[in-house]
Amino acid sequence: MGVRKAITGAEAAAEAMRQINPDVVVAYPITPQTPIVEQFAKYVADGIVDTEMVPVESEHSAMSATVGAEAAGARAMSATSSQGLALMWEIVAATPGLRLPIVMPLVNRTISAPLNIHCDHSDVMGVTTVGWIQIFSENAQEVYENLLLAIRVAEDTRVQLPAMVNQDGFITSHAVEPVEIFDDAAVRTFVGVRPLDRGLLDLQHVRTIGAMVLPDYLLEVKRAQEEAMMHVFEVYAEAGKELSAITGHQYPFFETYRTEDADAVIVVLNSAAGTAKVAVDAMRALGKKVGLLKPILFRPFPYAEVRDALKDVPVVGVLDRSMDFGAYAPVYTEIRNVLFELDRRPTTQSYIYGLGGRDIMATEIESVFEELLSGKLDPEHQRYIGLRG
Amino acid sequence: MKEVYEVRMHGRAGQGAKSGSQLLAEAAFREGKYIQSFPEYGSERRGAPTVSYTKIAEKVLRSHEPIVNPDVVLVLDFGIMRSIAVAAGLPDTGILIVNTKVCSAEIKKLAQFNGTLYGVDATGISLELLGMDTPNVPMLGALVKLTGVVKMESLEIVLREHFLPKIGEEKVQKNISMLRKGYEEVFK
Repeated sequence: MGVRKAITGAEAAAEAMRQINPDVVVAYPITPQTPIVEQFAKYVADGIVDTEMVPVESEHSAMSATVGAEAAGARAMSATSSQGLALMWEIVAATPGLRLPIVMPLVNRTISAPLNIHCDHSDVMGVTTVGWIQIFSENAQEVYENLLLAIRVAEDTRVQLPAMVNQDGFITSHAVEPVEIFDDAAVRTFVGVRPLDRGLLDLQHVRTIGAMVLPDYLLEVKRAQEEAMMHVFEVYAEAGKELSAITGHQYPFFETYRTEDADAVIVVLNSAAGTAKVAVDAMRALGKKVGLLKPILFRPFPYAEVRDALKDVPVVGVLDRSMDFGAYAPVYTEIRNVLFELDRRPTTQSYIYGLGGRDIMATEIESVFEELLSGKLDPEHQRYIGLRG
Repeated sequence: MKEVYEVRMHGRAGQGAKSGSQLLAEAAFREGKYIQSFPEYGSERRGAPTVSYTKIAEKVLRSHEPIVNPDVVLVLDFGIMRSIAVAAGLPDTGILIVNTKVCSAEIKKLAQFNGTLYGVDATGISLELLGMDTPNVPMLGALVKLTGVVKMESLEIVLREHFLPKIGEEKVQKNISMLRKGYEEVFK
């Protein structure tokens, strides 16, 4: 049993970072990530952690310095949102190829323009192709535990890839909820110290990080990076089992909620999955057989397992909190890909919701379920929840 | 008590609607309840209208929806009722508490509420005891008197926890006095 505290999602991330006790944290403040860094800076100032905290002049510098520290052999972290992620994109994209297991909380906020500080997933969905492990969190409790898990998965010598742990800006990051914080000693044993095969400062094994690789070998480097990403599944499962021994919680690649015998299932990420559970319960109370699938591990994407979970469902609705203009939305694309291998495929429908922090209500999700059950669907065209005329 | 007890607090940035909502949530949390508390963010600047939510329940709160059908609405600045429908979604059986010296006909008209309107001079109490206009604490006292949703003792404990490191014992005592005075002086 841990200690239950009433804290925000941002503070939950800072609590995880306190227990992880990284060697180096480099960050630049941006709404709504700011309270993570603010809280962590207090831990540094109060001597509660041993971390070297480096304030920098921009996110580009933040990720550059985090990369430098991680390359030297340190456990280094940062945190950001939206435009901050956009500004550090150059270094973010370089990190997986450098095989540096940086773990970074990302507080999801829409990408400009229009300027807006609120939640959607257009920041993270712009970086899912560059090779970071992507983990999503429904609430503050999951933020905390996913960060602990991410450290172990990222740093495992079979993986050595960076990881982002996503939470919804304001909705999760600024909402106070009960969060169970587990025993410091047990968590610190779990996260351990970064396993290093070779650090940059290990003079017995001198090596170059970030060498130029020309057409003769770049393909091989990227193939090796893909293999490391595929190792995430086994390492995630193993580390999840160890973390379960402390928390009593399970760490599946995705969560299914009342999907057994379901006539329609909604797929949705992060905080809206919590609201969707309320909608599922309301529909089930009326005898309507509906359920939810909440992806947690989004990169790598567990295609086979999701396919198995959806294979007997007649209709699947996918709710995306970001768009891919002129193409299917990001989560919808994955679900369509998942289903392609099936002989009898479920019908699908894409929905866009919650952009720029637009509220998503349980009653709106119930209406989506009604529409899915009605069969009046148009799989090739996305629909918009709550669009004003 | 219905499944989720919902309190909505309207104020102006700087009046403490956010911290008031959080104090209430933490008091309920101390009593073993499940809670959620979050403000609605715009482009905040001091003086702009704000709204903040507290949900209290016996079971885990999964929904992240804002509150549209509150049980109680607190209004920290009656002036905002000129531009904001504070009683929206509040049933006639609900409770509306306004920071005001008197429940005048003008206040009642501004509130656009058919149920019982309560007043408390939270600004007056705050100015008298603290010398500052922080109406959130006396408003919470009035809320406890009318609803009993949390115990005064729980609120006093969380007030102390929150404010002792920031403002010291003397001002904590003043805040507790403000809370009690709000409790005693709420009127119809």
